[in-house]
Amino acid sequence: MTSANQIRMPAGGASASPAGHHKAGRDSARRADTRRKWYEIIGLTTPAVVIYVMFVLVPMGFAVYYSLFRWRGVGPPTEFVGLRNYTLAFQDPIFLDALRNNAIIVFGSLLIQGPIALGVALLLNRRFRGRAVFRLLVFVPYVLAEVTVGIMWKLLLTGDGTVDALLRSLGMGGFVQAWLADLDVVIWTLLAVLTWKYVGFAIILLLAGLSNVPDELIEAAAIDGASWWQIQRHVTIPLLGPTIRIWMFLSMIGSLQIFDMIWVTSVPAVRSLGASATMATYMVDNGFFARLWGYGNAVAVILFAISFVAALLFQRFLLRRDIQGAITGRAK
Amino acid sequence: MATKQRRSAVLALLMTGVLVVAGCSGGGEEAAPQSELYKDPVTLTWWHNASQDGPGKTYWEKVAKDFSALHSTVKIEIEAIETNQLQRTRLPAALLSSDPPDIFQAWGGGEMTEQVEADYLKDITDQTKTEVGNIGSAAEIWQVKGKQYGLPYRMGIEGIWYNKDMFAAAGIAAPPTTFEELNAAVTKLKATNVIPIAVGAGDKWPAAHWWYNMALRACSVDALKKASAEKNFDDPCFVKAGQDLKSFIDTKPFQPNFIATPGQNDPTSANGMLANGKAAMELMGDWNRGTLDTVTTDKAKLASFLGWFPVPAIAGSPGDPKAALGGGDGFSCAKNAPAECVEFLKYLVSPEVQKGYAETGTGLPVAKGAEAGVKDPALKSILDATTGASYVQLWLDTAYGSTVGNAMNDAIVAIFAGNGTPEKVVSAMKAAASK
Repeated sequence: MTSANQIRMPAGGASASPAGHHKAGRDSARRADTRRKWYEIIGLTTPAVVIYVMFVLVPMGFAVYYSLFRWRGVGPPTEFVGLRNYTLAFQDPIFLDALRNNAIIVFGSLLIQGPIALGVALLLNRRFRGRAVFRLLVFVPYVLAEVTVGIMWKLLLTGDGTVDALLRSLGMGGFVQAWLADLDVVIWTLLAVLTWKYVGFAIILLLAGLSNVPDELIEAAAIDGASWWQIQRHVTIPLLGPTIRIWMFLSMIGSLQIFDMIWVTSVPAVRSLGASATMATYMVDNGFFARLWGYGNAVAVILFAISFVAALLFQRFLLRRDIQGAITGRAK
Repeated sequence: MATKQRRSAVLALLMTGVLVVAGCSGGGEEAAPQSELYKDPVTLTWWHNASQDGPGKTYWEKVAKDFSALHSTVKIEIEAIETNQLQRTRLPAALLSSDPPDIFQAWGGGEMTEQVEADYLKDITDQTKTEVGNIGSAAEIWQVKGKQYGLPYRMGIEGIWYNKDMFAAAGIAAPPTTFEELNAAVTKLKATNVIPIAVGAGDKWPAAHWWYNMALRACSVDALKKASAEKNFDDPCFVKAGQDLKSFIDTKPFQPNFIATPGQNDPTSANGMLANGKAAMELMGDWNRGTLDTVTTDKAKLASFLGWFPVPAIAGSPGDPKAALGGGDGFSCAKNAPAECVEFLKYLVSPEVQKGYAETGTGLPVAKGAEAGVKDPALKSILDATTGASYVQLWLDTAYGSTVGNAMNDAIVAIFAGNGTPEKVVSAMKAAASK
């Protein structure tokens, strides 16, 4: 996708030709110009295209190929089973649990992080003492490595750990749960941790978007007598639209592919019971730990297909204006 | 053996799978005759799982150095890799490539059978007759169809590690020999406000081992052997094992929230609870002596209260009460490894090296003549029980291979979590065998 795009864009700009030559000379000059342009395009994109094909497209092809075999990863795959691995996956209740958990994380992230991020971003966009410090603090969880955050929360959330102690000291001992062990609770615990980690990213994106909102518009609205809230509602937030949609897109794709945090924070037993599995952890559990390599590849292909379709739909319907001509829209 | 090349091959494989097909051609070297040994300089690459800094890792480094000192033509490159990584990703990927390590960790059982069928391993039957004789029946686990493909360096049976002080305080006179006595001990321990048994169900296998032991008591040796050889789990004893487990769990002998407790290696884990005096018992193999030491705050105190007894018998069960569940660690040579690899393997299980290994206290040696190295009283009682066992069944997940093993462990953990059934364990095993 990227490479096709790169090729198209410079070609669109190949229009200016030096004036003042006679026809033949102009033609040959233009031809030389075009040729040079193509050399540049090929020279500049070939390394990227080769790497992309070798390390993205070819492995993807292999994944599809291996997914058609019953293969334990010992010796080359020989037992062709067609689409059996795919039907097995959709018959496994744990895989369906993983799908459900991915859906919870996708919608949970959008519905919880979005409003929080918007509110905080609007607040942090106002001028007040210590604003820089707040901005930094909000962003800290996002900067930390996912595995570090996962282990940290795992320690905080162990039975009688810091979180439990804190709740008890606040007189809220009734809320104490088996955060990571209760099969009904664990996915919500993980969603909370993910929110804590990623809301900073949404805030930073929105703050960047806010800095692009022209002051004149806000001043004009203020002169017209609009309140702060009215300005946000009718001027700022509509202008933030592209930023919000891009964040939604990134958040959705990230949530579908989520692996590290779930793997590190949740407990293997709870994960394998389906309570905290996602498609990606299910893939590793089955591909490597149960040594079902063909089956694992099938799960990888399913994960890819779901992410790909979701991405396409999102771009087609929600991002159309923002990235016009870049990916799915027609180039003008 | 270009380490760099292999490492990048493994990496590329894990990421992409591109090199998989290309990697299966192999080198095709012929085994050198005995007279050719130690003539040309060779480098042996050695992958083992004693990855944590500790006596095990240090000892293997010393052994490699000693061997190089004896045979100046042999250089040994060691890589210490965490067990899961080694077994699940690094080793399968390396074996698929054309450049696997020469000598590597091998666990016997179902996995090794698959490796032999894929022609990855060196047949060492003829060269190791003496060593196998000295090791005895434990070496059989590293055989496939009567041929030797690896040798163990550690072997022991599983039993219950316990806190003698807590037992005394609860008024338990002697270690339980039947499950009725174990249940009575659990009740007495609860009365003294002590967690009777710690179980690391979070890691699945420590919980699954309870089911294995129930199966060992419920099944005849014939049924167990048939299950390993044919992946046939039709014998009703496997359902009985789940029922026995369920009624045992119902007596609530374990710590609360055991489904989140890790197995070993950290203070909040099941063996951390035993090591630091928070629980009275834990079911675990012989290697536990070493892992308990790494998580305790007071090694001397641990040594003073630590005891061990075999898994109790279940009255009225057809299983042999003297049968035990166990397993070990061993090493195999890759198919195309130089002949010196087998010599090194033999050196590893020689009584002197084995005695030194026993002295590290990380596990029980297998070779006769190494017993003197076992100093710890708990380990000594395991050694006696291992020698006295009428039949040693390899860990069921190892014996049945990763695929069945994983599904079995998951289904057993579901019983622990309260949403599984004894029947589902068996159906999950059957389904996995066909996957």
